Amino acid sequence: MIFQPAIIALLLASGIAVAMLAAAAPFALQVIRQWDIASGTERQLLLERRTYLFSTLAAFVMVVQLVALLLFVFNADRMAEMFVGAMCAVGTLNVNPFGFPALLAQMAVFFLAAAWLAVNHVDTRAPDYPLVRVKYALLLILLPALALAFVLQLKYFLGLRADVITSCCGSLFSGDAKGLAAEVAALKPLPAMTLFYVVLAVAAGLTFFHARTRRAGYAAAAASAAAFVATIVGVLSFVSLYLYEHPNHHCPFCILKPEYGHQGYWLYVPLFAATAAGLGTGALQPFRQVASLREIVPAVSARLADLAAFGYLLVALIATYFVLHSNLILIEH
Amino acid sequence: MNAWIEKQRHLIDFTLASLARRKAKNLGLLLVYALLVFVLASVALYTHALRQEAAQVLKQSPEIVLQRMVAGRHDLIPPGYLEKIGRIRGVQSIEGRLWGYYYDPVVKANYTFMAPAAEAVKPGTLVVGPAVARSRGLAPGNTISFRAYSGKLFSFTVVGVLPHASELVSADLVLMGEADFRAFFEYPAGQHTDIALSVANPLEVRTVAAKLASALPDSRPILREEVLRTYASVFDWREGIVLALLSAAIFAFAILAWEKASGLSAEEKREIGILKAIGWETGDVIKMKLWEGGLISLTAFLAGFVAAYLQVFRFGAPLFEPVLKGWAVLYPRFELVPAIDGLQVATLFFFTVFPYMAAVLVPIWRAAITDPDSAMRS
Amino acid sequence: MIELKQIRKAFNQGRPNEYWALNGIDLTIEAQKVTAFRGPSGSGKTTLLTIVGCLARPTSGRVRLAEDEISGLPERFLTDIRRSTFGFVFQQFNLIKGLSALENVMLPAFPTGRPHRELRERSEALLDRLKLAHRREARVEWLSGGEQQRVAIARALVNDPKVLIADEPTANLDTTLSREFMGILEGLHAEGRTVILTSHDPLVVESAAVHRVVSMRDGQLTEG
Ligand SMILES: Nc1ncnc2c1ncn2[C@@H]1O[C@H](COP(=O)(O)OP(=O)(O)O)[C@@H](O)[C@H]1O
Ligand SMILES: [Mg+2]
Repeated sequence: MIFQPAIIALLLASGIAVAMLAAAAPFALQVIRQWDIASGTERQLLLERRTYLFSTLAAFVMVVQLVALLLFVFNADRMAEMFVGAMCAVGTLNVNPFGFPALLAQMAVFFLAAAWLAVNHVDTRAPDYPLVRVKYALLLILLPALALAFVLQLKYFLGLRADVITSCCGSLFSGDAKGLAAEVAALKPLPAMTLFYVVLAVAAGLTFFHARTRRAGYAAAAASAAAFVATIVGVLSFVSLYLYEHPNHHCPFCILKPEYGHQGYWLYVPLFAATAAGLGTGALQPFRQVASLREIVPAVSARLADLAAFGYLLVALIATYFVLHSNLILIEH
Repeated sequence: MNAWIEKQRHLIDFTLASLARRKAKNLGLLLVYALLVFVLASVALYTHALRQEAAQVLKQSPEIVLQRMVAGRHDLIPPGYLEKIGRIRGVQSIEGRLWGYYYDPVVKANYTFMAPAAEAVKPGTLVVGPAVARSRGLAPGNTISFRAYSGKLFSFTVVGVLPHASELVSADLVLMGEADFRAFFEYPAGQHTDIALSVANPLEVRTVAAKLASALPDSRPILREEVLRTYASVFDWREGIVLALLSAAIFAFAILAWEKASGLSAEEKREIGILKAIGWETGDVIKMKLWEGGLISLTAFLAGFVAAYLQVFRFGAPLFEPVLKGWAVLYPRFELVPAIDGLQVATLFFFTVFPYMAAVLVPIWRAAITDPDSAMRS
Repeated sequence: MIELKQIRKAFNQGRPNEYWALNGIDLTIEAQKVTAFRGPSGSGKTTLLTIVGCLARPTSGRVRLAEDEISGLPERFLTDIRRSTFGFVFQQFNLIKGLSALENVMLPAFPTGRPHRELRERSEALLDRLKLAHRREARVEWLSGGEQQRVAIARALVNDPKVLIADEPTANLDTTLSREFMGILEGLHAEGRTVILTSHDPLVVESAAVHRVVSMRDGQLTEG
């Protein structure tokens, strides 16, 4: 293990989040077993009051996970100087096989927590709290996900060795490399751009449509997930090239580096916000028929969809700005 | 949305008022909190500044330094080696360097004597680093004598003092002409201390090193990037160790925060009961209390960080120097160049604010679930 | 307007010191009238007010507020109703020390997110009306008992509730101030507000301003 402040901070954050949710788990079980909204007993009152604690805890965990995600990538990028062959976060994450899974798990936890908070939000608006049991069952599912993210991170950090020679973005995303990432990066700019803009337009359109008509909620959520993937593909295959003004530098992490003015954050922050909102819309759809939620779910889901539509529009605009402001020419007019 | 913002504004207003009303209670916590941030931030800023200085040193050094090894030990480069290397693709320049250490018994410190390439320093004269100038009280025009290892006494005129900016690089440096250097150390003619090669493209450094190793099997190429890496991990490691030691302090602080947050006075409990009775929701009270925690954190963080910044960069880090520097003994007035690093600030924020917020979460909730009807009974 | 059916309330339920403070209350409280509860100390008056005012839920029984069943609602929703429908004047006034009169009056509206200017103007108007304009910025602990009570009344009215609830409002006041309070109360009734109070002060329960007196003993009603 490399003994480093940011690493200790990340492990600490992740560990405490797991511990907090684990400590809350027995109470969640109690809520599932004993909840009875119609009862006026003191026990029921206590259970109700505990739900405030869980909501606060889950929101806290989500915020921490988001900050931790940023710190994780930021730190991986910084540590690149310690590993032979690493120029940016990709190289650091490649030092051992747990790097990328840890990153993905961290992202997954963030999206799961966001979805949980969406469900929690609608539930607390209905006077009969119709989703209490569902919610706490979901919370119990979030716990293993959180624990998995923690374990992956721990294994990754414990397995970091400074003498390892790693491969970085140059080889991972180059045309001759094998694997999904390389194939994506090898996409020709024109089809990649078409894919990126079409999928983003569909996602923005569907979420906007859902926000206005309150229909096609699942489709909007699916499009959001697709837009997330399409944006990453777009970054890999062409946005990065324009940002670096280099025809072969496909890297989704280097754009976060100070050398490139941290421009990547402009792209990723709206992307993550929009995707969290879009997935939140999807998480609400199963409950739109619940009697007391008939009014609430569509309203909240529409607001989330609005947010998602706005976010994807922003992503497309920012990407376009990067392309237009670049000195690199990939496509001849 | 507007109503939401307005509501947060109201909650902040109330929080500020209630913090002001309970100054005594909050001040203690704030002080401890700020002190913790101060200690951690000092460590972080200090190591980061040292790391920057080291990077600075190395930036000015060549990409590759070639040393000759005899029986596993660093030895002089015999004449003819430069020619033997000849031309290697990608190498911009090759030069033999001359340098050595000199122990000055007067101030009990080591200097680095060096003869720069191209006769930059005239025979009989010296250019000295700022630390040397300080410790021996030298100014341009002064004369100074050093007794060589051979026993002979040499006198020089000081013609210049190196600038302060990169003090860590130049503090103990003494520059002299090549002839003076060879005479002073009785250095064999034609031999050099090592060979410096500069390589323009960083991607070619390894290939060049491989070629050198095969052309001159008795020598060892030292790569700048390797040294940089070693330094970086040494500094991170030191910082990490200190933080780990301080984690006990963080833990103690979290317990204190928990205690403070749980130990609501009867007055505060009564207030929360009243707020709830007149229409504040449990969630509102939680939000208000979270704002309180956030404001305390922010204040403590800023205060602690600014104090640490001043301590490290203005007053020369009197508190941490002995633990962290571990450098030569020569730097009595060693001033660090201010440097702040985003990742470090973020990490520090995580180390302090996160444990605090995690610790007060449950007590806040406990306070917030006070019975609203308690206001009716008193 | 407010309908109570078979209301029972237990404290420390299931423990050895279990105590039933209310034992089956059936009652309808009319809108826009002044209703007073009378009874010896410990008879359950305050407990009944907490249930009517959505400060607590009954252990069993039903509460209906203008046709809506509210007894089963979670605290979050009871709070919404309480904030918008009820204003409270407590026996000890329960003002928050260290804050000014004006700040105290504004407090109940904070969670609503009403614009600060509007809220401030409304609060100042209320203090004006209660003849406290000159004491606006004074800290509440510097006010006299009568002034404190008027601040408490202004606070109870800031969200413009339909119902005002007062627990033993004259217990800490002398005769003059008690009369003054009854005057204010008449004014509120004239505005069309419902007033519910508890008292064993003859000055209150025998006043012409009170339309109906309900007597209680041991958690039960003794006469309509
Ligand atoms: N929180 C409580 N816990 C236990 N007993 C209580 C509580 N609140 C009230 N009581 C009891 O309930 C009874 C009725 O109280 P209360 O409604 O305050 O009567 P009143 O206002 O008529 O004097 C009293 O005997 C009191 O001791
Ligand atoms: Mg009473």
